[in-house]
Parts: sequence; structure tokens; C-alpha cells
Amino acid sequence: MAVLVDRNTVVLVQGITGKEGSFHTRLMLEYGTRIAAGVTPGKGGSEVHGVKVYDSVREALEEHPDINTSIVFVPARFAPDAVYEAIDAGLKLVVVITEGIPVHETLRFTNYAKSRGTVIVGPNCPGVITPGEAKVGIMPGHVFSRGPVGIISRSGTLTYEISYALTKEGIGQSTVIGIGGDPIVGLTFTEAMEMFERDPETKVLILIGEIGGDMEERAARMIMEGRFTKPVVAFIAGRTAPPGKRMGHAGAIIMMGEGDYASKVRALEKAGAKIARNPFEIPSIVSKLL
Amino acid sequence: MKLYEFEAKGILARYGVSVPRGVVVEKGEDVRGKLVSSGLTPPLVVKSQVLVAGRGKAGGVRIAKSLDEAVSLVELLFDYPIKGLKPRYVLVEEAVEHSVELYASIAIDRSARKPVVLASLYGGVDIEEIARERPESIIRYHVDPYTGLRGFEARFIAKKLGLKGGLMQSFASLLQSMYDAFIDYDAELVEVNPLTIVGDRVVALDARIIVDDNASYKHPELAVERIEGGEVSEWESKARRLGLAFVELDGYVGVLGNGAGLTMTSMDLVYEYGGIPANFLDIGGGASAERVKKAVLLLLEFPKAKSIFINIFGGITRCDEVARGIVEALREYGGKPKPIFVRLSGTREEEGRRILEEAGIRAFDNPVDAVIEAIKAAR
Repeated sequence: MAVLVDRNTVVLVQGITGKEGSFHTRLMLEYGTRIAAGVTPGKGGSEVHGVKVYDSVREALEEHPDINTSIVFVPARFAPDAVYEAIDAGLKLVVVITEGIPVHETLRFTNYAKSRGTVIVGPNCPGVITPGEAKVGIMPGHVFSRGPVGIISRSGTLTYEISYALTKEGIGQSTVIGIGGDPIVGLTFTEAMEMFERDPETKVLILIGEIGGDMEERAARMIMEGRFTKPVVAFIAGRTAPPGKRMGHAGAIIMMGEGDYASKVRALEKAGAKIARNPFEIPSIVSKLL
Repeated sequence: MKLYEFEAKGILARYGVSVPRGVVVEKGEDVRGKLVSSGLTPPLVVKSQVLVAGRGKAGGVRIAKSLDEAVSLVELLFDYPIKGLKPRYVLVEEAVEHSVELYASIAIDRSARKPVVLASLYGGVDIEEIARERPESIIRYHVDPYTGLRGFEARFIAKKLGLKGGLMQSFASLLQSMYDAFIDYDAELVEVNPLTIVGDRVVALDARIIVDDNASYKHPELAVERIEGGEVSEWESKARRLGLAFVELDGYVGVLGNGAGLTMTSMDLVYEYGGIPANFLDIGGGASAERVKKAVLLLLEFPKAKSIFINIFGGITRCDEVARGIVEALREYGGKPKPIFVRLSGTREEEGRRILEEAGIRAFDNPVDAVIEAIKAAR
């Protein structure tokens, strides 16, 4: 078992002919992900690393009806259109890697996706991986290994860092989800937690948060209310970040006293989650919970 | 991207919001000529156009009883720094006699994933202060991004504030105009504070609009040069021009990482091991050698950083590109190079290490070792 992606995941790559799209198509194929087709308007009929390219999502789906997931590498200006195209074609999971999409656009397409029953992961995210089954994203595959730990993260690089630390200690992961660093994202902590709660393979969950927003506080509330019952280990980046400054991610900013490190840690601790002071403590904390 | 007050008012006026009659004077223009031909009637309000908070308290807003006084105040304000920043524009407006000051804004509520309208009868101070002093006075209303803010919803908010009759209608139409501007300009914030009441109409005395940087390509007309001083340091604006995410801090260990989370964690690590970071510098995902070179050069020049801690975990970022960027930066840098401690892990790490080692730079695989060395070297 796993969540979101597994060996039955068949992927469409939107923006496959671009630099990032084609580079990561190759890496995903090498990892063993089943990529059925790609889309780049105007490039239909060509091929990228042996994957057929179509002009539209509908055409790709007509030829490859088993596609159930899309990954979007389309540049920011055109990415919202690509996402709507995937939603309207009936795909139930769309992973948006693209960085720099205007927040109003994300607001509209994430709400639209919800009304159509499509899960959006991202934007501005590293994607989703179920080690040994499918990698739908840009993460380095070799840092992951299969096992009982689920990970939900707002930070790409930190996810790799922490997964690698776990892997080196012989602790594998069920599914790792990078939800993205923008102020508005599709899949949230709590929605992903509902999925891990139902997944029998996941025994422990790691939440990698950062300052800004209130997703960590909401996760804490979910644990308090008994809607998430597995042990949780949390790491929050930005303990020493000054208030009011945007720390790289547009989402990582402390506004009006909300979203600071202390309030997140307080809420999670109160809910019974174990807090790691730095990423390198996580493996030893997790191993005690397994 | 923060817009100047006169730009925000200009936009809102086009959407039907009442604003005081006024004229903008740019530095170097004939102030008297411009004021005379504007036909404004004193008393006048003279307002320094700076993109910093607390302008009024800092003396950036003055009252002129005559045109002559207004001319000398405009000239005074051009040379009057607000938080270290002199304005390029000064706005002169007819004073609006008023006794009440209200507040209205539209922003995005991240957790609700919806636009939110905030309104209060007690404006004139910032929303944080209203939230502290009179939290019960704030009306908070979420808008469905599909339907937008409809008339009956805007009237509902106005009514809830206690406004009646024509005033209720006028406030409601103000909110709808603000909402339309909010959408059309991809704004993170549209704020009118204070707004006042003249007869049964509301008038915007001050306005702020912040446009999402990611959407600025849609609004080429806003591409005037913006001096964001005061809250942005010299080195921060330098980094911004290079397209780098950089925040200046108070310490002495330069910090460079890839990804916001890892870079923040690198700062946290510097603190944990007894040092203080000089900055936050995130090269982002998939940085080329060229971009890394620019970032490293910036830290080599940045005087607060006495040593440099580079923390890279390669995913989409390739360690070999990073290593090449570091080596090129050191080659290009004229001065005595600062001690650099690099932690490289992930995609193409072996090649990255080889490049660094050939250039005589030690590569660490444990960030804790690198951070301890960087702190030691900075002292």
C-alpha cells in the first residue's frame, strides 16, 4: 500500500519538450515510473526519450486511456491552462512542479480542481514518490527507500535531506509528498494526513513544515481531535527567521504574528507530536516510535 | 510589488472610487507651475510618496494653508528622508475635512484559500493595531473566487458595520470596486485606510496596492522604477537586482543554500552551534553555475559575512553546477577570498566534490561539520 502514487500510476508529462520536462522525464523513466505520453502544444508527433508527444491532453488520453496522473512542467504563464486541461480531461491527480504561478491563478485552479474531484499537488513542489513503485516528481530517487514512514513536506530540499538521513539509518518511506512552498497550494497537510491515516503501511508520519501560514496548526488540531492517530514527528524550518521578511518561498513569511515558529511548535507539542530541533535528529526519534 | 499611493489611487479612481482631487509632482519638475495649473484649492495635503510604513509619524505628510506653502513643502519633502529614503514623487491633494476614519481591505486568506474582505469603523491606524485594540470592530468576510464579491454581499458587510441608506450603498460599491481592482491587478492586498465620509459618500484618503511579483508581467504599465528603501537594505536591493532571494541579518556567518527550507535550516544550524548568520541566501532549485557564481560573489563582497557556509542538497540542483559556480566566483573575485565551507550531497555529488577538491576547496558531506568550521573561521 501507499498513497497517491504506486505501480498502477500511469503518467502524462505536460511540458515534456522543455528543458526541465525532458530532463526529468528521463530521470522518472530511469526510476521505473510508467510514463505513457507527453504533451506540448505544437510539438505533437515528436518523441522525448522514447515517449510520444501530443498536442493536447485529450489526444494523449485517446491513445493512452490508462493515463491517470499528470505532472506539469509548463512555464508559469501557461501552467494554469495546462492544469485546467488536465482537470477537464478527467485526471484525478495533477502534480504541478512549475514555480512562479501568480497566486490568484492558483487560487482559481485549486478551487476548480476541488469542485471536479481532482487532487492538485503543488504548485512549486518536488512531487510525490512511493519508493520502488513510482516517482512523479523531480526528487533524486536514490535518497529514498521503502518502509513504514510517511512524509509530508512544504520544502523540497529538506525532504531529500531528511529522507536520505532516514535511508542511511535503514528506515524506509511509504510515500513522500512535497506539497510545495507557495502561499496557496492544492493538497494541504491535513488532506494528505487523511490519506496516510487510511494507509496501513504507514506507521509513523513526519511533517516538515516551515514558518508562515497555519497548516501546521491545523495539523495539530487534527491530531488533538483524534482524526489522525499515528505517531507524528515534526520539524519546522525558520526558528531563527526574522518576522515580516519573506524567506525565499513566498509562503514563508510571518504575517501579523501568525505563523511563527513558536506557535507551530507549541500547537504540535500540545497535540503530542515529537519535535525535532534539526533534521539530523529525526532518524533516532523515528526509530523509537517504530 | 508595492505601488505608490498615487498609483493605487489612480487605479481605484478608474474603478469608480472617490479620491481627493490631487496632482503628482516628480522630482525635477516645475513645482509651482504644476500646482498652479492643477487648479487645486487650499488647504492642501502634501504627501511624500515612499514605500515604507509609518510615513505620517515620520513627518512625510504635511498640511499647507496656501499654494505658496504647498510649493515650499513639496520642495522640503523631496529632500526629507523617511527612514533613510528620499521620495521621487510627492502627491499634493485637496484636504478633505473629516471626523471619521474607516478601514477596508481585500487580501488572500491562505488557509481558507479565498479572498477575504476586512472592514472596520476604526481606521486611520494599521490593521494590526485595530486587531489589537478593537478586534470586535473588524468584519471579516470570505469571497467565493468564482462568483466574486456580489452587490448583496458588499451591502451585507456595509450594513454589518452599521452604515445605512446612501452611505451603505456607497460603501458597498467601494468594496466592489476594490474587489475588481484586486482581481484585475493580481493583488496580494488592496487597502483603503483611512477612508472617510463626505455627505453620504465614502472617500479614500489613502490607498495601498501590492501586486503579486509573479504576475507583474501582466502589468507592464507598472514598470516604473521603485525605490523600496527603509525596509530593504542596500545589499538586499543589490541581490534583488541579481534575481536572488536574500535577507540581511545581524550576524557574521554568510549562509547560502538551495531551497528556502534548507536555507532556513542552515541559518537555524548556525545558531544552534553558537554562531549568528549574516544573511539568508537561497539560490532556488536547479541553479546554473552562472547563478551560483553571482550568489557566491555577492557573499564574498558582503562585508558582514566573515566566512561562508554553503549547504547544498542536490535534487533538481546539480552539485557539479554548484561546484563550478563556486570555483568560478573565487577565480573572478579580486579581493582576498573569505573562508568557504561547502557541504555537497545529492545529484552528481561525486563530480561536484572532485571539482571543488581540484580547486583546493574542501567538501563536507555533513552540514554540521561544515557549520562548526564556518563559525570557527568567522571568529
